[in-house]
Amino acid sequence: MAKRTIVPFGPQHPVLPEPIHLDLILEDERVVEAVPTIGFVHRGLEKLIEKRDYQDFVYVAERICGICSFIHGLTYCLGIEEIMKVQVPQRAQYLRVIWSELSRIHSHLLWLGLMADAFGFESLFMHSWRMREKILDIIEETAGGRVIFGSAKVGGVRRDIASAKLQEIIRKLNEYAKEIKEISDVFIRDSSVKHRLCGVGVLTKEDAYKLGAVGPTLRASGISQDMRKLGYAAYKEIDLEPIIAAEGDSYSRCKVRISEIFQSVDIIGQAAAKMPEGPIEIKVTGSPSGEFFSRTEQPRGEVVYYLKANGTNFLDRFRVRTPTFSNLAALLKLLQGCELADVPVLILTIDPCVSCTER
Amino acid sequence: MSEEQKIIKIPVPQLLAEAQKMSEAGYRLVQIGATSLGGGFQVDYSFDKDYHFVDLRVEIIPEKESLPSISPVYWSAFLYENEIQDLFGIPVKGMAVDYKNNFYKLAVKTPFSKVKTQEQENNNG
Repeated sequence: MAKRTIVPFGPQHPVLPEPIHLDLILEDERVVEAVPTIGFVHRGLEKLIEKRDYQDFVYVAERICGICSFIHGLTYCLGIEEIMKVQVPQRAQYLRVIWSELSRIHSHLLWLGLMADAFGFESLFMHSWRMREKILDIIEETAGGRVIFGSAKVGGVRRDIASAKLQEIIRKLNEYAKEIKEISDVFIRDSSVKHRLCGVGVLTKEDAYKLGAVGPTLRASGISQDMRKLGYAAYKEIDLEPIIAAEGDSYSRCKVRISEIFQSVDIIGQAAAKMPEGPIEIKVTGSPSGEFFSRTEQPRGEVVYYLKANGTNFLDRFRVRTPTFSNLAALLKLLQGCELADVPVLILTIDPCVSCTER
Repeated sequence: MSEEQKIIKIPVPQLLAEAQKMSEAGYRLVQIGATSLGGGFQVDYSFDKDYHFVDLRVEIIPEKESLPSISPVYWSAFLYENEIQDLFGIPVKGMAVDYKNNFYKLAVKTPFSKVKTQEQENNNG
């Protein structure tokens, strides 16, 4: 047996500005085991629910993460609405779909840029983020903010999107899709990219499922699972099939996210075509009593909110299980046996969001 | 949304056997989470198979007993169990990896173990 050494990775590392620590146990240059430590910036937001009115808490939920802010707010609202049996207007349900998919597009473009940066393809990084800026512009035009949307509320949404504006957005997205295709073709076809991703960090179908992986990390291992199929918001009216890949390697995880960008553009088009006229919110009064596990599909996978209400304006419990937390076990598995040089790329392939995880 | 969710209450000694049954039935582990009940805690073990959600719920008083780890069945459970141990102070025995209260770097020990006082309850009402 080769001599074993332990190399600490993080909590500060150039490839990942957010703090996570891994003890990498190596034999020569090969990782035989990885042991994670998190909690460096744990914020205790779950505890804050005991001191914030349940309707105002949407603002806190949206601030759990700056990438999937809207979907965090939405997941919270869906849970409260389920407990209180609130019927949200149809137009609001479609607007929720549109903002969710804009979040997914910008998150996946962000990830593509970070991935390109991790394997040293700087021009690809810059092009990916150039396109992401355009998506953020659309988000700003519709929601008023580029990071925190502030659009979700219990009982509906806070803003409408006029039909003319929506048509303009669809036209822009179709144009951007062509530019994104040029960028994504480089990820798919370039030999230097394939050299870093193909066959690296293979997660088998069995391991992905047994370890509780979610989102693109799971789907890239050949499992068709996407919480949008639950039909929350207006997804029950949308034609969508989970995008999967069979190989389970880093290249597959990249391919799945790229395909999901174009799928999101299609979903926004479908939502715009089907969205009815009408109110965008319903007034919600009273206090919730009951419990519910609210599940939605974030860009990184399934997020679970457990909400327990006691009939007052302050909930007893607000528990968030983020997709990154669920993908940690899968990350530890795919790090086993990899080369030390591949560790930064492999960590990025699960698209970790430590901000979410340190809610 | 109206997703059907089944919540099954079980005693702590049956937990590992029930988790084994869920694994054999092909369920994946979705999450483990604890909730304060005042004098003790409820711990939820959530599973999913083909979008069917099942939750196994146990109630525990940490001063009197500990939770058995389900990591022999679902290896990834050790992450959730260490989280519960660190945040709530609920002891878990037999974890695949036991961080011994060092999984989270916390300024306050077991911060979620504190329950609301009666005064806070009254203010809320």
